[in-house]
Amino acid sequence: MSTYPLLSFAIWIPIVAGFFVLATGSDRNAPLARMLALFGAIAAFLVTIPLWTGFDIANGGMQFVELKTWIPRFNINYHLGVDGISMLFVVLNAFITIIVVAAGWEVIQNKVAQYNAAFLIMSGLMNGIFTSLDGVLFYVFFEASLIPLYLIIGVWGGPSRVYAAFKFFLYTLFGSLLFLLALMYLFIQSGGSFSILEWHKLPIALGAQIWLFLAFLIAFAVKVPMWPVHTWLPDAHVEAPTGGSIVLAAIALKLGAYGFLRFSLPILPDASHELSSLVLALSLIAVVYIGFVALVQEDMKKLVAYSSIAHMGFVTLGFFMFSPMGIEGALVQMVSHGFVSGAMFFCIGVMYDRVHSRQIADYGGVVNKMPKFAALFMLFTMANSGLPATSGFVGEFMVILGAVKFNFWVAFAAASAMIIGAAYSLWMYKRVVFGDVGNHHVEELSDINKREFAILGVLAIATLWMGLYPQPFTEVMHASVTDLLRHVAISKIQ
Amino acid sequence: MFDNFVVPDLLPAAPELFLAAMALVILMVDLLVKDSRRTVTFVLAQLTLIGCALIQFSTSTGEITYTFSNMFVDDLMSDLLKLFLYMTVVIVLFYSRGYIIEREAMNKGEYYVLALFATLGMMVMISANHFLTVYMGLELLSLSLYAMVAMNRESVVSTEAAMKYFVLGALASGLLLYGMSMIYGATGTLEITGVAERLYSGGVNKSVLVFGLVFLVSGLAFKLGVVPFHMWIPDVYHGAPTSVTLFIGSAPKLAAFAIVMRLLVNGLITMAQDWQTMLIILAVLSMAIGNLAAIAQTNLKRMLAYSAISHMGFMLLGITTGVVSGDARYALNAYSSAMFYVIAYVLTSTASFGMILLMSRAGFEADNLDDFKGLNKRSPWFAGVMLMIMFSMAGVPFFIGFFAKFSVLQAVVAAGYMWLAIVAVLFSLIGAFYYLRVVKLMYFDAPLDETPIQAGMDMRILISANGLAIGLLGVFPQVIMSLCAYALLRSL
Repeated sequence: MSTYPLLSFAIWIPIVAGFFVLATGSDRNAPLARMLALFGAIAAFLVTIPLWTGFDIANGGMQFVELKTWIPRFNINYHLGVDGISMLFVVLNAFITIIVVAAGWEVIQNKVAQYNAAFLIMSGLMNGIFTSLDGVLFYVFFEASLIPLYLIIGVWGGPSRVYAAFKFFLYTLFGSLLFLLALMYLFIQSGGSFSILEWHKLPIALGAQIWLFLAFLIAFAVKVPMWPVHTWLPDAHVEAPTGGSIVLAAIALKLGAYGFLRFSLPILPDASHELSSLVLALSLIAVVYIGFVALVQEDMKKLVAYSSIAHMGFVTLGFFMFSPMGIEGALVQMVSHGFVSGAMFFCIGVMYDRVHSRQIADYGGVVNKMPKFAALFMLFTMANSGLPATSGFVGEFMVILGAVKFNFWVAFAAASAMIIGAAYSLWMYKRVVFGDVGNHHVEELSDINKREFAILGVLAIATLWMGLYPQPFTEVMHASVTDLLRHVAISKIQ
Repeated sequence: MFDNFVVPDLLPAAPELFLAAMALVILMVDLLVKDSRRTVTFVLAQLTLIGCALIQFSTSTGEITYTFSNMFVDDLMSDLLKLFLYMTVVIVLFYSRGYIIEREAMNKGEYYVLALFATLGMMVMISANHFLTVYMGLELLSLSLYAMVAMNRESVVSTEAAMKYFVLGALASGLLLYGMSMIYGATGTLEITGVAERLYSGGVNKSVLVFGLVFLVSGLAFKLGVVPFHMWIPDVYHGAPTSVTLFIGSAPKLAAFAIVMRLLVNGLITMAQDWQTMLIILAVLSMAIGNLAAIAQTNLKRMLAYSAISHMGFMLLGITTGVVSGDARYALNAYSSAMFYVIAYVLTSTASFGMILLMSRAGFEADNLDDFKGLNKRSPWFAGVMLMIMFSMAGVPFFIGFFAKFSVLQAVVAAGYMWLAIVAVLFSLIGAFYYLRVVKLMYFDAPLDETPIQAGMDMRILISANGLAIGLLGVFPQVIMSLCAYALLRSL
C-alpha cells in the first residue's frame, strides 16, 4: 500500500488544476487553458490508478485511509478512505473527467478557461464525496458540487438553461438540507461524532430510524433520481452542454445511489428492511414507467435522460433486495452506466455539433454520411439496451438474477424493462441512423474526426472489456459487499 | 468634599476613552483641513481605530472586570466583539472612501467623526452592564447614524430614509426604556448583574417583569431589525447612501448581538423560558418574511435588507436554544454559535455592500440587480468574489456562511427543536433562490453596460481579500468558532 495520500491527491489535484486553468483568464489563452485542463485531468487520473492496482481485494474495510482533525469544535475530521464500493467510482470519475475535457475541446469556444475549470473542480469535489468517511465532510463536498454544475448548465447550456439550472440547484438543495439535519441528529445521538463508520455501529430506535431513513431517502432519491422526484433530470440534461450531460449521467447520478450504500443501509438496517418495499416499488415504477416515457420522447437527449432514470431504477432495485448478487449487480450497473450513458450523450453531442438539433425527426440516414460514427453509436445503443457482451448486460443480468431469488414478480417486471430498454434504444437508433438521407443537414454531415474517434474508441473498449471480462470490477467489490450485508442483517434496535 | 469620590479604574475602558478623545481631536483637526486634503482625516480615523485595537489587545486580562460602579464591564466576549468591530469599521471606512470622494455633499470630515462616535456607541453597548449604559451607547450609535443617513442633503430619498429611521428609532428607544423602567420597578436595580441576582433570589413581581420583558424584547427586535419590527430596514438600507448602508448593515449587528446577550442572558437568564418563546416567534417570522420579500426585490440594497432580516432571524435561533426546560447545559454551545453566526454575517455583508460600492461611480449607484448583469464578462475576478459572497449568504459550503448556519442548526437540533430546524432549512432553501438569481445575472446574462470598473487599487485589493476571507474561513472555520466559544466560556 502506498504511503502517499492518494485520496487527497485525487481530490485536490483537479481542484488546484482548476484554479490554475481559471488563472489563464480570457479566451485569448484558450489553447493554454485546454492543455492545462487536459494535463490536470490526466494527472488526476494517474493518481487514482494505484488505488485500483494496489487495492487489497480480501479486505472489506476502508483502505488508503487518511485521518486529520479538521474542526475540533464539532469533532469534524478530514477522514478519507475507500472500500470496494467507492474505489471504482473514484477511478471512473477521474477517467470521465478526461473524456469531458476532450469532449469540449473544439466545441466550447466561449469562456474556455471557466468551462474547463468548472469541470475539474467538480471532479475533485465528487471524488471528495466518494471518499469521505466523515458526515460533514461528505455533506460539504455533496453540496459544494452543486455550484460548478449550476454554472455549467447556466452558462453553456441551451435555450432554457436558466430554468434548468435553478430547478437542478433548488431540487438537490432541498434534498440535502434535510439530509444535513439527519446528520446533526446522528451527531447528537452518537454523543458527538460525525464519523460514518462509528454511526454504522450506533444503535437507534426504529421510530428514529424511519425518520432518518426518510430524510436520507429524500436527499438521495432526488440525486439518483428516483420517480417521482426525477423531473429535474431531463431538464438539466437537455439544457446542459455535452460535457455537463456526460458528468451528470456518468458520475453525478451515482452520488445518490452511493449514499444509499454508505448511509441508509448500514446506519439504518432496520428501517431499510422496513421500508424496502417502498423503495422497490419506486424503483420498479422507474424501470417500467420511465421506460415507456423514454419510448415516446422526440428529443434524443431527453430519451437518454429518461433511460438513465430507468437504469438507475435497476440500481436501487438491486440495493434493496439485500443479496450479494443484487448489490454487486447494481454496482456493476452503475459503473457500466457511467461508460454507456457518457458515450450516448457524447454521440448525441457529436450530431448536435453538426446539425444543431436534438430532435429525432431532424435526422435519418446518418449512416450514409457517418459510417464510422454509426458503427460506434450502434455499439453504445446495444450496450444501453443491455445486449450480452456489453457492460450493460452484466449489471442488469445480475440484478435480475438477484430478483428471481427475491421475488418472481419483481424479477418479471425488471426483466420486462430490458425489452422496453431495447425498444426505445433501438427504435431511436433506427430512426436516426438508418433509412434514406433525411434532409440537407444530414446530407452535409461529415464523419467523426480523430478526437471524437479517440473518445468513442476508449469508451467502446471500456464497455466491451466490462462486458466480456467483468472480473476485475466485481472482485474488488466482493469483500466490501459481503461486509455491508453482514451489517445490514444485524438489527440495531435495542 | 471629594472624600466620597473614588477614581474609577479606567483601564478596562481605555479603548473607549482613547476613541472619544481622538474623535474630538479629529473634529478639531478637520476644521483646519481643506476639502482637497480630506485624506488626513481619513488616515487619522483609521489610525485611531487601529490604536483602539492595540490598546484592547494590550489591556485585555481575560478576566471579567467591572468598573464605573459596575456600570461597565470588560470581559473576553466584549474584547472579541470589539476587535471584530474595529476591523469591520476599518474595512467600512476603506470601502466608503472612494464613494464619498465622488459625492460632494458627503466628502466632509464629519463623515469620519460620526463614524467614530457611532463606533464608540457600539463599544459602550458591547461593554454595558447597566440599563443606562446600554441606552447611552445605543443613542450615541443611533444619533450618529441618523446624521450619516441624512448626510447627502441633496437626496430626497436619503432625507426621507433618515426621517423614517429617526422616528422609528426613537420609538424603539422608547420601548426599550419603558421595558427597562418596568424591570427596574420589579427588581429595584438598573444594574444588569444586579437584576440577575434579584431574580435569582426570588420574590419579584412576575407580571410586572414579564410586561417589562415584552417591551425590552420589542426594543431589541427593533434594533436587530427582525419581524414584526423590521419596517425601517428596507427603507433605510435603500434610501441611505450606499457607504452608510454598508455601515448600518455591518458593525451595528455585532453591538445588537452584544446587548441581546447582556440584557437577556446576563440579566434575565432566569426568565429564559419567556423570552425564548418570544424570540422563536420573531425568528420564524423574520426568516419567513425576510426570505419571501427578498425574492420580489429589484434593488440589490433592498434585497440585502430583507436578507439581513432573515439572517438576524436565523441568528436569534441560536440564542433561543440556550436553556432547555430549565437546563442551561447547552447555553455555551448555543450562544457561541449565534456569536459565530453574527461575525460570519458581518464579514459577508460588509463584502456584499462593498461590491455595490466597487461597482458604483460618480453619478451611478450600481444598486439595481440589473447593474450586476454580465459582470462575469466585465470582470471575471469580481464576479467570482460576488459569487462567493452570494453562496456564503445562501449557506453553501465551502464558505463561511455554511458553517455559520451549521453551528446554529446543530445548537437547535441539540436542544431538541427539530421542527424549528426544519423550518429554518426550508426558509434557507427559499433564500437560496434570490442569491442564486444574483449569480444568474452575473454569469448567465449579457451585460447592460460595459463601462470598466473604476474603483481604486486599495478598494480592489481589500474587497478581494474580504472575499477570499469568506472562502478561507469557510475551509478553516475552527479559529473563529473556538474563539467565540472560548470568549463566552470565560464571560458567562
